[in-house]
Amino acid sequence: MSVQTWTFIIVGLTFALYIGIAIWSRAGSTSEFYVAGGGVHPVANGMATAADWMSAASFISMAGLISFMGYDGAVFLMGWTGGYVLLALLLAPYLRKFGKFTVPDFIGDRYYSNVARTVAVICAIIVSFTYVAGQMRGVGVVFSRFLEVDITTGVYIGMAIVFFYAVLGGMKGITYTQVAQYCVLIFAYMVPALFISLAMTGHVIPQLGLIGDVSDGSGMALLDKLDQLNTELGFAEYTNGTKTMTDVFAITFALMVGTAGLPHVIVRFFTVPRVKDARISAGWALLFIAILYTTAPAIAAFARYNLINTVSNEQYSSMPVWFSKWEETGLIAFTDKNNDGIIQYVADAGKNELTIDRDIMVLANPEIANLPNWVIALVAAGGLAAALSTAAGLLLVISTALSRDLIKMQINPNISEKGELMWARIGAVFAVIVAGYFGINPPGFVAAVVALAFGLAAASFFPAIVLGVFDKRMNREGAIAGMVVGISLMLWYMLKYKFGTFDGGKDAVAALKDGWWFGISPEGFGTVAMTVNLIIAFVVSRLTPAPPQEVQDIVEDIRVPRGAGSAHAH
Amino acid sequence: MSSLDKRAKQYWKENIRYVLILLSIWFLVSYVFGIFLVEPLNAIHIGGAKLGFWFAQQGSIYVFVILIFVYVNLMNKLDKKYEFDEI
Repeated sequence: MSVQTWTFIIVGLTFALYIGIAIWSRAGSTSEFYVAGGGVHPVANGMATAADWMSAASFISMAGLISFMGYDGAVFLMGWTGGYVLLALLLAPYLRKFGKFTVPDFIGDRYYSNVARTVAVICAIIVSFTYVAGQMRGVGVVFSRFLEVDITTGVYIGMAIVFFYAVLGGMKGITYTQVAQYCVLIFAYMVPALFISLAMTGHVIPQLGLIGDVSDGSGMALLDKLDQLNTELGFAEYTNGTKTMTDVFAITFALMVGTAGLPHVIVRFFTVPRVKDARISAGWALLFIAILYTTAPAIAAFARYNLINTVSNEQYSSMPVWFSKWEETGLIAFTDKNNDGIIQYVADAGKNELTIDRDIMVLANPEIANLPNWVIALVAAGGLAAALSTAAGLLLVISTALSRDLIKMQINPNISEKGELMWARIGAVFAVIVAGYFGINPPGFVAAVVALAFGLAAASFFPAIVLGVFDKRMNREGAIAGMVVGISLMLWYMLKYKFGTFDGGKDAVAALKDGWWFGISPEGFGTVAMTVNLIIAFVVSRLTPAPPQEVQDIVEDIRVPRGAGSAHAH
Repeated sequence: MSSLDKRAKQYWKENIRYVLILLSIWFLVSYVFGIFLVEPLNAIHIGGAKLGFWFAQQGSIYVFVILIFVYVNLMNKLDKKYEFDEI
């Protein structure tokens, strides 16, 4: 059977599965819509969190990025996993004990202020929208590459599917679909990785293959071989990066803290029954994520080695079939600058004749390794699962921000349960349409902004939540000042140094690099903005009145899993 | 101060101690081994990989997973000890 037929069958089956789950798990109450009724098993929640978390970027782009960045790719690997340690130790159990439905709920109640709640809602919407636009685009791209429909049609199909289970099932539908999506995506990621690792290093497990020897008879370690190949072609050694140490530190830290501050991740911990379940489900989530994240650097190294070996200094006419196939999609391009018919792939931009899109490393992997057609179709289904699951989680945050944080908590507190549920569904419809619009007409900045969503989350939510639990004296004034200054500073730095907004647009960006504070790139600036937030919150809170007694009692109460704090002492 | 208050205070103090210890390890494996000391550690090898590189792309992630499960274990015991465990 052809790849096309296989793809229709496998993608069709997975979609039927998602819709089946959506019908089975319709939400009947706001509690089911917002937090799946709070009865999700920790292992299931771990899987759902993993799927929620791993986006189209993790699945399709990350291994390719690492492949080209070498050591520097570690910023994503550590940055996007280390945040779960912070979640488990500093946030998840306390937010679960607090026992409300959304992040702005916590901020609004803990800081006894609708201003704080509104600031949190705005931050949540900024973060979630920047993130979701990239996901819908990812859905469109996967469709167009594997099913040969155009991107717009792909986005419409994706919208229809997400619409179905997010609007109908709310968090309950999303949770169980995400469990299925995790299984699909991890299977799709691991199958080609195992085959390639075995063929290339003789180890079935890619994590061992990465530190093993190349089976080409040379007896050389794979990574040493890569260092050698990279150096010969004029690139930096694979195991040494090109970024400065400060910048690597700042980016990693911003990604970690940002992960722990993302509303669509935090809200997943509201769905388990008990505090101890919130702790352990963070552990399961990270374990499930780690399976993919420790495989990605292995795929990156294998792909890099395969690529250089296949193309470097070879006749263009003798390239394998996959080369010309991916040339048609524009993901790989060859321009014979010196007309010798041989591919020169080197670091020197003047002599280099090959341009490669990073996404090809995962998408074309099965073909490069000569795997059967069904594996290629599986990768398409996996990419779609990754993009759809993340999009659904984000859409839920946006819809609850509307129905609960704005309408129920601020505009009409007397709204009936049924009315609130209706507004949640309207919110979801609205969010799907806006996300679809951005997927079809992506503003040029989408790709760049997704990485910056972490900086925004780090600069706004993380300090407010952590201080809310660990600093009883933290008050309304401090938290609001910290969040406003933190997110504004981050936005300003992003506009100035990423988009050149104040200096004549994108073309000016490269020249502004010398102005970076402490040599930190916009991607890493979340670290600085978060620190500023912390300091401002601390100073302002000490200069203004302490929070009222009942709020201090809330803090005492959320610190212990069972029983009440001093308010109910007897 | 009631006995419940004292119990909660003591529980919180022990919790903070666990968090600080575990976060030091978290910082050590990722930032110290994977970033600050990556060059000197690269002189040592684990299989075919330089140790600093390995910590940055593999080792730190394994340790993160272990840290969370250790914390869960410690806290479940602590909950029982102070009778804050949920039914």
